[in-house]
Amino acid sequence: MTHVADPIPDPPVPLRVVVDLNRCQGYAQCCYAAPGAFAVRGHEILFYDPAPPRARRGEIERAVQACPVRAISLQVEPGDAS
Amino acid sequence: MAEDTLFQAVLDPANRADPYPLYARLRESPVSIQRDGSAVVSTHEAIRSLIFDPRLSSEDLPPSHRPRTGNPLKDWLLNPLKDRIATAHRPLIFRDPPDHDTLRHAVMREFSVARVRALRQRVVRDVDALIDACRGRDEVCLVEDLSYPLPVSVICDMLGVPEADEPQFQAWATQLATALEPDARHDEASRHRTVAAFDAISGYMRALIREKRRRPTADLLSALAAPSPSGKPAMGDFDLISTAILLLVAGHETTVNLITNGMLTLLRHPRELERLRADPERAPRVIEELLRYEPPVHFRTRKALGAIEIAGRTIPKGAPVILLFAAANRDPARFREPDRFDPDREDNQHFGFGGGLHYCMGAPLARIEAEIALVALSRRLVAPRLMADPPPYRPGASLRGPERLGIRISGLAPG
Amino acid sequence: MTAGDTAGIVVVGASLAGLRGAEALRRNGYAGRLTIVGDEPHRPYDRPPLSKHVLSGELAPDATGLPELVALDAHWRLGHAATALDREARAITLADGTRLAYERLLIATGAQARPWPAASGGRLQNVFTLRSRDDAARLRTALAGAPRRVLIVGAGLIGCEAASCCRDLGLPVTLVDPNPTPLARSLGTWVGGVLVDCLRDAGVTFQAGAQVLRFEGDASGRVVRAQLADGRAVEADLVIVALGATRATDWLADAGLMADSRGVTCDGACRVLRADGTPCPDIYAAGDVARWPNALCGDRLMSVEHWGNAVAQSAQAARNMLAAAEDQQTYRHLPAFWSSQFGINIKAVGANAGADAVAIVQGTRASRRFLAVYGRAGRSVGAVSFDQARWLPAYAEAVAEGRAFPPIEEATDQGTFLAHAPGFPPARATFHPIGVRHG
Repeated sequence: MTHVADPIPDPPVPLRVVVDLNRCQGYAQCCYAAPGAFAVRGHEILFYDPAPPRARRGEIERAVQACPVRAISLQVEPGDAS
Repeated sequence: MAEDTLFQAVLDPANRADPYPLYARLRESPVSIQRDGSAVVSTHEAIRSLIFDPRLSSEDLPPSHRPRTGNPLKDWLLNPLKDRIATAHRPLIFRDPPDHDTLRHAVMREFSVARVRALRQRVVRDVDALIDACRGRDEVCLVEDLSYPLPVSVICDMLGVPEADEPQFQAWATQLATALEPDARHDEASRHRTVAAFDAISGYMRALIREKRRRPTADLLSALAAPSPSGKPAMGDFDLISTAILLLVAGHETTVNLITNGMLTLLRHPRELERLRADPERAPRVIEELLRYEPPVHFRTRKALGAIEIAGRTIPKGAPVILLFAAANRDPARFREPDRFDPDREDNQHFGFGGGLHYCMGAPLARIEAEIALVALSRRLVAPRLMADPPPYRPGASLRGPERLGIRISGLAPG
Repeated sequence: MTAGDTAGIVVVGASLAGLRGAEALRRNGYAGRLTIVGDEPHRPYDRPPLSKHVLSGELAPDATGLPELVALDAHWRLGHAATALDREARAITLADGTRLAYERLLIATGAQARPWPAASGGRLQNVFTLRSRDDAARLRTALAGAPRRVLIVGAGLIGCEAASCCRDLGLPVTLVDPNPTPLARSLGTWVGGVLVDCLRDAGVTFQAGAQVLRFEGDASGRVVRAQLADGRAVEADLVIVALGATRATDWLADAGLMADSRGVTCDGACRVLRADGTPCPDIYAAGDVARWPNALCGDRLMSVEHWGNAVAQSAQAARNMLAAAEDQQTYRHLPAFWSSQFGINIKAVGANAGADAVAIVQGTRASRRFLAVYGRAGRSVGAVSFDQARWLPAYAEAVAEGRAFPPIEEATDQGTFLAHAPGFPPARATFHPIGVRHG
């Protein structure tokens, strides 16, 4: 079988973030750690930017660490321990 | 030692420096009923289940009760009235929904991301100034020189309490914080001292709030005291006073432990101290692991409103329930090698700030203070060595931390 | 590529379940060839934001790409749907005619939006469904063009979230549903009644108990109105058809599997069943498309079209794919979903279908902050929170254990216990047989 190249090349992606909103309890710790990427609206609706700019990586990792229910996941990067 | 006296041993000051072996014994049974009828919950799974259980009430503080004075007007009219007010308007950590939710929401609206972030630069300056003040010395006491004054000054700034007034309520704050300690709760004399401290600090706060209403400033107390756009204040005056006291006391009695326990742990793990010095980006992981490994608050108490079946045991209706967060944080069923301090730990879902409805409101502020302080200490203290290990501890078993932390240094690196 | 000559594992479906399944394969130590097939040209993306922040314009459609949580080292075959499965030859055929061999197959093709019939105006311009990222991008562009009135057909999760977004954008909205309240199928009309108030407060015109017969267009083929069954008409120049989804199984029509518009039927270990009811040892399914006997819901055959199931089921399927035949673990799942609309965070757990009672156990309906529990024959089968997510785990535990209804008494903030009829509409007939795809 021949190797077929990916039809869409990897775009120059920003960071990739996803929050498991089943787990999220609205503790809002991520909003303090990375206010440019996370916000709580109303009593407990989490709004977040799933594609924050790479320059925010430090803040986003703070948010990942600070989440009391560990609901935030970040794209694995080459060199990350898995 | 029998299972039903283990928690009494936890309270014993002799075990303050290392309660973890007792916690391991307690975890052998996720729920352990003590001789006094209280239920101690110590495994991660059981605590995670119970922090969301609406049958656990936080309104477990014994009602306020002022001692007899011999003055009939006070004994029969004024003090019973004060007791009723104090009981009905306890600080929100001792309240249940819906009141708890309303109060917490009002506080959190003002404890905003912008307000907390705005303090960051100030914390950096404070930390540098406090460390600079140690210049020329070959030993420092971390508690006295940094971990006590830093959070105190930050909470005063945030609330809008003049720092010049601070020395007068240090003792009140320490006394009020004993509300979290089971021994003090059951000690008549201590409870009377708490009432006296409460009355004194209430008087102070009442006057301060009046002043904030007259001349509002940018601080949190002014914001909470101001009428909302609808014309109604966010909370009534009694709740406002108890909330202000709560924030002030919490600012005095908790972060101090996080910073001191943190530096103690790093000094016991020199490789981690060096890694943090070399790479301050590690700080968030270090802080979270500290919150797991040596949390500033070891347990909180609740009351069972109904009988609760959990992990094969029944917590009887009405029983005091002790959520031993610090034991759950070392649960081998949840954390691999739980007694190892490992900032690279994945999935570090700890209870360092509690959990559920009553998750610590000050967590974001505590994280900022601890991070800035520990990074600065790791960079600036030259060749730091512990002077005594273990150090002497403060009396609290819940709010647990060193009384003093002597560190010998060979100088200070520039800030 | 070390295992380049062997077919390895093929994952059909490049959405959440496909991605998380592939990651789980790697995490469980699978080092062989891994191919992921997707009908859309995009890498896996997250759907929940599409009906919320993408519609509102706060997020660009391409911002929703899902993070890879494990280095996948996968061959991506994107932009061509799988069209057939040949079990004998262990190969699938793609829309461009390529055949792709597999040693093991994970079916994660998900579902597709139930389209509006072309004969009743489904092909008119400005009639949208909302399922894919491209759907959302098109709809977003149309909404940004300031339509005079948006008609939303179907007051399920997608319809309600879209209505909420349109109101945030200041657009006039009419929402039509055959049931008396929104979310009637998932939450029942008693709880759904709270949302009727929310719709009213938000300024949505809600036509309850109404059915759309057809859409009508102008000379240029643009939709201008909808005719309702009761003779009324709704003037609208943009229509969102939100009638739920059908499982993407038509490509399996000749595969000899138990597969139809309700999904691909599996055993408890996520192994796909042949037409004779025996499991295929080398074909697994996960996510929206999988229908399996859920041990947590009395072994009822169900498919769960929610985010959490895609994540958990694909992980379980991946684990079992790599395990020996005698080491297949049963997949048990408590269904759960969330939705945010009209400023309220709604979270639910359990399987409410067939519930005979519902009660608010904490908070109040009037405050729109409460926790409600559903009961069936005296057991707790589901729970929903409106802006009270922190209590939900306690009730989720009770539902998972099938505790008595109500499961928790003597709680804080609990009024007098009062059970109501939940008001679930009667089961509907299947809308379309297998074979309806992409309009």
